[in-house]
Amino acid sequence: MSAFAKSEANETFVLNLGPQHPATHGVLRVKLTMDGEYIVEAEPVLGYIHRMHEKMGENRTWAQFLPNTGRMDYLHALAYNHGYVSVVERAAGIEVPERAEYLRVITAELNRVSSHLLWFGAFILDLGGFSPLLYAFDDREHILDLLESVTGSRLTYCYFRFGGVYNDIDDNFVPGTRAFIKRLRDRMPMYHNLVTKNIILMKRLQEVGPISAEMCRKYGATGPVCRGSGINFDVRKHEPYSIYPEMDFDVPVYDQCESMARYMVRMDEIEQSLRIIEQGLDKLPEGPVMAEKVPKIIKPAKGDYYHAVETARGSFGVRVVSDGSNTPYRLKLRSPTFSNLSLFGEACQGMLLPDALALMGSLDLVIPEIDR
Amino acid sequence: MIDYLREIISGTWSLFVGLGITIRYFFQPVVTVQYPYQTLPMTPCFRGHIELTKDEETGETKCIVCGMCQKACPSNCITVNGEKREGVKGKVLTEYTLDFTKCSLCGLCVESCPTAAITFSKDYNLAGVRKEAYIFDLKKRLEAKN
Repeated sequence: MSAFAKSEANETFVLNLGPQHPATHGVLRVKLTMDGEYIVEAEPVLGYIHRMHEKMGENRTWAQFLPNTGRMDYLHALAYNHGYVSVVERAAGIEVPERAEYLRVITAELNRVSSHLLWFGAFILDLGGFSPLLYAFDDREHILDLLESVTGSRLTYCYFRFGGVYNDIDDNFVPGTRAFIKRLRDRMPMYHNLVTKNIILMKRLQEVGPISAEMCRKYGATGPVCRGSGINFDVRKHEPYSIYPEMDFDVPVYDQCESMARYMVRMDEIEQSLRIIEQGLDKLPEGPVMAEKVPKIIKPAKGDYYHAVETARGSFGVRVVSDGSNTPYRLKLRSPTFSNLSLFGEACQGMLLPDALALMGSLDLVIPEIDR
Repeated sequence: MIDYLREIISGTWSLFVGLGITIRYFFQPVVTVQYPYQTLPMTPCFRGHIELTKDEETGETKCIVCGMCQKACPSNCITVNGEKREGVKGKVLTEYTLDFTKCSLCGLCVESCPTAAITFSKDYNLAGVRKEAYIFDLKKRLEAKN
């Protein structure tokens, strides 16, 4: 590969990938310096959909920022909800009823499955296979219906509130979710037969797109990207929050450091999420879904607070600095995909362009979350 | 050499397995709906844009013009105005406008309302060609319903 990457004439050209390109899943622009089909240098250019979420947070009351959290990572909105409400609850000292915590975990895990299913379809689409997308969307539709019946919306959820959740589940939710878990478990072998064992996919992903554990540490990559490089790190296990310590689940780790490893991590995570949802439904206690004594206007005590959650793409952290008023003094959002994308420039050097796109797909980028 | 041939055979077989799945699903019932000829029922929890509710006894709005929804809204898309009238306790609603171009359907207004005067509508067919079509006069909508 490197023999071709350096031509004697040393002639390179610049290729613009994006900002409008189907493989960049949004408005990401990558400035590629190419030597023929090989990438010499890649420079991601960000900011095309920067919406100042952090600054917006400083100009709104604590509760008014809630809808914003669902609009950063629109594929795993509930985890973002969870991160923000948790940090404010920690700051304001609000106790959350147990049932509400269970509902939060169940819905967030359902949302994680839907996010992985969408990634699965879009990733195969990047590689040139169309039909798996339709199978994945068929399953995802069931999740959206379930979540719509609880949260009231289908994509940009705003379900969690300080001290609990917005409303209780209806009678159909528990049997509907159980039926869905059974359905998806039955369909997973089909996905593996259709896609994972497909020779074309294997040739495109195996031993392609190396990201070493060293590189993950250097750039702060989290989530399936670092777990595909042999680093066993999952916020749900290592800095447990909510009721995750009570749940029995595994963290899938692959140490091949290739695109296929990241693919397998996500496919295994779907199964693990289903396990969490099942346990959550079994243990779901009765009781209120909202804490009783939540002040109408929240004014957390002065201080600096941080809370991290595991989203479908990695560790999402919220840091808030409160000066005791009804708006945050500072709101810092640590988004996982920003770190995961940062390593792309180094990882794709000397790669063929189609392989680099496969690598980019395996990072599972959500651009609104990078730009925030 | 044997590995090479084995890979070709197993690889080709994997393609046929995938094709078999596609063919099997081809003969299964269709899962999509032919919108707009067929529509699906909305869940009771669906959050559309807000709407004023009416008092079952008087048929009038329950709004007491406290302005809580206006304050709770993150995008300032609600305008509420009222006036004092003689012989009536409290304020009377004269204007309730929702600027749907800015609304993000978060539902904080409905939660903040002390008298449950607003609720979510089930409208989702909201395509339009003019910006003005999305400035909803909710009071007029309520009166048109009566």
